[in-house]
Parts: sequence; C-alpha cells; structure tokens
Amino acid sequence: MAGYHCDLGRQRHRFDDLKALMACASPRRSGDELAGIAADSDERRVAARMVLADLPLKTFLTEALVAYETDEVTRLIIDSHDAEAFRPVAHMTVGQFRDWLLSYEADTVALTALAPGLTPEMVAAVSKLMRNHDLVCVAAKCSVVTRFRTTVGLPGRLSSRLQPNHPTDDPTGIAASTLDGLLYGIGDAVIGINPATDNVPACIALLEMLDAVRTRFDIPVQSCVLAHVTTTIQAIERGAPVDLVFQSIAGTEKANAGFGVTLSLLAEAQEAAKSLKRGTIGDNVMYFETGQGSALSADAHFGVDQQTVEARAYAVARAFDPLLVNTVVGFIGPEYLYDAKQITRAGLEDHFCAKLLGVPMGCDVCYTNHAEADQDDMDVLMTMLATAGVNFLIAVPGADDVMLNYQSLSYHDVLGLRHLLKRPPAPEFEAWLEKAGWLDEQRRLPPWPDQSLVVSALLGSAAP
Amino acid sequence: MSETPKDPWARFRSATRARIALGRSGDALPTKALLEFQLAHARARDAVHSAVDFDRLATDLAPLESLRVHSAASDRPTYLRRPDLGRRLDPASAATLPAGEWDLLFVIADGLSAAAVQVNAAPLVHACVSRLPHLRIGPVVLAAQARVALGDEVASAMGARLVALLVGERPGLSAAESLGVYLTWDPRPGRADSERNCISNIHSDGLSKRAAADKLCWLATEAARLKLTGVALKEDAPSLAGPDNEKNQLPDRS
Repeated sequence: MAGYHCDLGRQRHRFDDLKALMACASPRRSGDELAGIAADSDERRVAARMVLADLPLKTFLTEALVAYETDEVTRLIIDSHDAEAFRPVAHMTVGQFRDWLLSYEADTVALTALAPGLTPEMVAAVSKLMRNHDLVCVAAKCSVVTRFRTTVGLPGRLSSRLQPNHPTDDPTGIAASTLDGLLYGIGDAVIGINPATDNVPACIALLEMLDAVRTRFDIPVQSCVLAHVTTTIQAIERGAPVDLVFQSIAGTEKANAGFGVTLSLLAEAQEAAKSLKRGTIGDNVMYFETGQGSALSADAHFGVDQQTVEARAYAVARAFDPLLVNTVVGFIGPEYLYDAKQITRAGLEDHFCAKLLGVPMGCDVCYTNHAEADQDDMDVLMTMLATAGVNFLIAVPGADDVMLNYQSLSYHDVLGLRHLLKRPPAPEFEAWLEKAGWLDEQRRLPPWPDQSLVVSALLGSAAP
Repeated sequence: MSETPKDPWARFRSATRARIALGRSGDALPTKALLEFQLAHARARDAVHSAVDFDRLATDLAPLESLRVHSAASDRPTYLRRPDLGRRLDPASAATLPAGEWDLLFVIADGLSAAAVQVNAAPLVHACVSRLPHLRIGPVVLAAQARVALGDEVASAMGARLVALLVGERPGLSAAESLGVYLTWDPRPGRADSERNCISNIHSDGLSKRAAADKLCWLATEAARLKLTGVALKEDAPSLAGPDNEKNQLPDRS
C-alpha cells in the first residue's frame, strides 16, 4: 500500500495507511497517545484531516481497518452494508460529506434513509472534520425512535434512565433511590440497576422488586438489571420478569470476547427476551453500553484509534434493534479521556456517530475522581447533548453513584434541562405524570413538599 | 409550639448512603447540598493521590510472610496515564520473586485508594487464611503502583495455580476506602477480564470483610475444584460479585 501524504510548505507528512491517517486526524486524547498512534504535533493532526477530507467515502467499503477474515464485527459491517441507501453520497469525499451533512438538504428524512448505507468508519472519519457545534447540529437532525412500554427518541423530548444503584443491592436502599427519582419525573427510558453482585437469584430478586414498584403505581416504564447477558438469559429461563437484556459491547470481536460475548450470544439473548412479549407498544428489548477506550483496555484495538473502534460498537448495537444504547463517556478514566475537554468532545462524537448510524443513543454524562473534570464540565456536556437531541441521559441521586463510585448527573439536572429546553419525557410517561396530578399549570414538575399527598402516597405504600 | 412534621424519608435514609431527598431550589440543588457535594469531591481527589504505608501493612499481616514489588509505573502521575505500566512488574522486582508450589497467592495492590488497602486488606487476608487450611498459600505480595493484571505476572512467576488480587478501588464521593478482589485461575499475562471473578465494594458501609472472606473462600474452593474462574463460574448462593467489573479500567458495568 502506498500510504498517504500531505505537503505543507517544506514539510511532507506521511501516513502509512488508512488506520494511521484516521488516528492522526483524531482530536488529541490520552488513549490514542497511550496506544502510540496519536499525531505527535498539532500540525500533523491538521495535515491528516486535510488528507482525510479528500478521501473518497467509498474507500471504507474496500479497505477494512480490522481484518474481515478474523473479525466478526468487520464481517457484520461489510455484509450488512446497504449499497442502495449509500448511493446518494457514494460519489462524495469525506470533506464533501461533511458539507452535505450540514446542508439544509440533509434533513431528517434524508438522514434516516441514509443510515443503513453508512459504516462506522465513514461516520468516524467525517466526525474528525467536525467542530463540536457541527456534531450537535447534525445529530439534532437525526431521529431514532424506539419502543417498549414508552416511546424513546421522539423529536422535542428528553428521556432519562433512573439509576438507583446500591453497594450491596439492598432492596430498601434501591427503592429509596427509585422513589426519589420518580419524584423528579426520571426513569422513562428505563429504571436500570447496576448490580453489585452478578448471580441469577440476586438478579431475579431485583427484577421482581422493580416490577412490583412498576405495577403498584401502574407506571409506563421498563426495568433492567444490568447483569452479564448470560446471567439474564438464565433469569429468563427461570421465569423472571425481564423487560430488557443488557450487555456492554465493543467494536472488535476480541474486545467483545473480553466482555464474554459474541454476536450469536447477543442474538440468543434478544430472542429470549422477545419471546416474553412484555413490551406493550414495541419490542425493542436490548440495552447496550459502550465507551471509548474499552478495546484498547482489552488489548483488542488493532492499531485503530479509540473513537473509530467505539463507532464500530454501534454497528454491533444496530444489529439487535436496541431500545437504548449509551456511551459511558467519562467513566473509563483519564488514561483514555484525560480531562473535561476530551470527555466533552468524546461524548458529542459518540452521540453523533451513533445517531448517523441509526442507533438510539443516550449518554451517561459522567467523570471519575481521578480525571480532571467536575460538575461544571458536566453542565456543559449535558446541555449540548440535550440540544443535540440525545435520546436519554442517566441520572442518580445527587449525581453521586454510591455503587460504581463515580459522578453522573443528578435527578435535578435532567429535570432542569427539561424545563429549560421545553423537552418533556416520553409521551406515555408524561401522561402518567399528568394523570397522577404531579404537573403544575405550566406542565412543570414542581418540588412537592414532604408532607404533600404526592410524596406520602408514593412513600407510604412503597415498602419493598 | 408546633410539632416537627414526621420525615417520610426517615426509614429510607438508613438503608442507603445515596444522596436522596436533597430538596430543590427551583430545579437546582439547594446550597447546602451543593457545598457538601463539592467537599466530598475535593476529598476524593485528595485520596487518589495519597500513598500506602507498606511497612505498616507488612506488620499488620504478620505472622504471615510478605514481600514487596513495584510495577513498571514509577510514580502516581505515570500510573494514572499509563495503565500498561501498572499491569507489569519492573524488572528489578520480577527478579526477586521466589518460585514455589502454591494453591493460592494473595497479592495486595494499592490501586486508586491507599486508604482501602490500609484499612481492609490485612484483616481480609487473615480471615481467608484461617478459612482455607487445606490450601497451600504463598507469601503475601505487596505491590506498589499496581493494577489488577499485575497479579497474573506475579502469580505465574511464583508458580501459583490461583491468585486473589486485592486492590484499592477508585474512591467515590461517599466511599473512599472501598476494596475489590479479583480471583483468577491459572494466572498468566494476557488473561482477559472475563476470566476473573470479582468481589467489590468491601468497606465499612458496603460488603463486610467477614462476608467478603466467606465469598472469596467459597469461590477459591470452587475454582480449584472446577479448575476455572470467570463467566463460567457462577454462584447460586446470594451475593457474588460478577466478572468484567474492573471499574478502574473497563466501561463494562455489569
């Protein structure tokens, strides 16, 4: 292979292959530096982008970044590519594709039709030519709507995952965080617990507890215990009330092996959950989490930059018609995303790439205590993502997850965004809030006093 | 004199340290809750950068024999940015490891919380050793600037069939002293995280050291019987932590 080059004055920047070009074109981030594939100067970064801008988009259909023969994710991407859907942009370079995406011509209808014709590598490439605001504006034109008991992703709405984690899975403690979240109108995407313990009986006990809360108050929501997919399959076999099957996924076969999953195992899980027919208005039964850095962490990135490998995980997600997907963007730590600037950029890239591919993307706007970030930084990212039409955000009590030991958004934050940006929750859930008499005359969810009927009705009968 | 209204959250507050029922100023956090959060975050950041007193830990482990190693990460800033170095021994340390025939080896890694290791590691090891008289247990290895996978290299060099690596978990706002344990059968460099079993959240307000010791000993016995760890080893008894849970490094939160 000849490689690529860019002449800038007397300096010639050479890039050995497409992988190297993509890595050098990426905005600076610690994970690519850790992998030894990042551009070693700012000029080289821009040089790579200039080469990338002139690259025909269809190059990505013939030059695999991870070998077709040895990687089932690559085979999935290539074998499921829809050439007819790709046709409107097939003649474009990556730079022309950027201009087209930003044009008025690229509206919701055009982008929805295009999605099956795009590959993760194409959307990753064009994202590298975008500013943060471009990522917001194009993503805002995408619409990916999914259904189970609520409709998630409708234009003008903002859903949320209520995450009531507890360090020992204590049922009363989890119920406390759940009821607290409901009082902020959180949970219309899912009430989802990360279990501290991954075994079948514990998983079933939590599923039954959440299902009891849901049915007692007749709330249109879905629940999920985010155990390993094999645990959830066993729970289904034992008759547990499983709404959604969760799994962490990544962008290469080897990285998925690190998570203990294959595409066929995910297909088996999807079939098992669909056979329960628990969704009232749709059968999107899968829930996936992803995050930049997981492939490198598993030594399974094959020299591909972390943002592009991440986008490949969305091809995996797309194959299983998920209700929900979210990047856990700031969770992975400073060795992959060093500070708030890198976390913010990655969150916007992940949302943009997933939406272009037709994936119902949400985000855990978050950071760890060893990253250079704080809640002020999360304010910026959550507001940009909500403006970009993110399908859902994750929220925990007071932004403090006492089980996973990191900071996400507070229930307050999501409620504040809804009111600020006039983006109500899923229509079924909003109707439930209205019927329960929780909304004020401006359709806001006000702070109900502890002694109000709303609070006493919810807490009084809620013993698990 | 009016009677104070009954707090409807009272019975829930005792069940969780989660920041429930904080109240609202409009849609935002009230000032008191805002400042309490900022204080907790400041303390957690300070905890990340403190160091384990390994001399004191060795004393706490006595009469158990212990030895000291260092990862290839020379200091804390390097450790934070270069997880690959934290997973490998520095060559000088590797040369000092004695080979033997062990059923089980304990490795104590500082990880991201010195306090977790200082407070919880020695009592947990003592509790396990007393419960496992049938196993040949090697000297306890104390590892500085170390991550989970370092245990694989240590244990394979020392000839252990099973390694239990104790590590300080990333400090949260309300749990800065949380210890995790990763159990790996046939440890050798290159093991995937799905080949380990994990017990996490071991601290005074989380999983007790006694319960953690019970679980770890059950798992160690089963691992030796089945000759495996990881996703294939599941416990039907309540409360066993799952695989893929190295929260310092992986986004998998199952």
